[in-house]
Amino acid sequence: MLEGKKIAILGDRDGIPGPAIEEALKTSEAEIVFTTTECFV
Amino acid sequence: MDLENQQRIKDLAEEHGPENMVVVLGGAEAEASGLACETVTNGDPTFAGPLAGVQLGLACYHVLEPEIKDAIAEDAYEEQISMMEMVLDVEEIVEEVKTYRDKYSKYKLEQV
Repeated sequence: MLEGKKIAILGDRDGIPGPAIEEALKTSEAEIVFTTTECFV
Repeated sequence: MDLENQQRIKDLAEEHGPENMVVVLGGAEAEASGLACETVTNGDPTFAGPLAGVQLGLACYHVLEPEIKDAIAEDAYEEQISMMEMVLDVEEIVEEVKTYRDKYSKYKLEQV
């Protein structure tokens, strides 16, 4: 489903941080082009 | 949403084409996740950042939504995400992100 997609990750310090999402999405078919962790509030 | 990140998202959408981009959120609560989704689809609602008035219409999902979750290997999801999934209000977050996506996203992932 994510094949060929470019992923931008907006993680959350109080939720799921960017690097955790990145690690998880590395196992998908998508290409990660940006990862950050925001303080959402 | 952080002004610097708004600029990055805008630049990436120009570089890769908005139809190829997917924004994945990790927000802890519904309102903030919804706002982030609104920002990358309909533009910055606070009119403060580079995405003010810019309707990118990007596909935007929370990492807890099945469209993203199902694309991740089970053990990796277990290791990186599942602990937070247990403590967050998944239903509320998903509902809020979906509301904005349905309203403003021009691109969506195809369900397999």
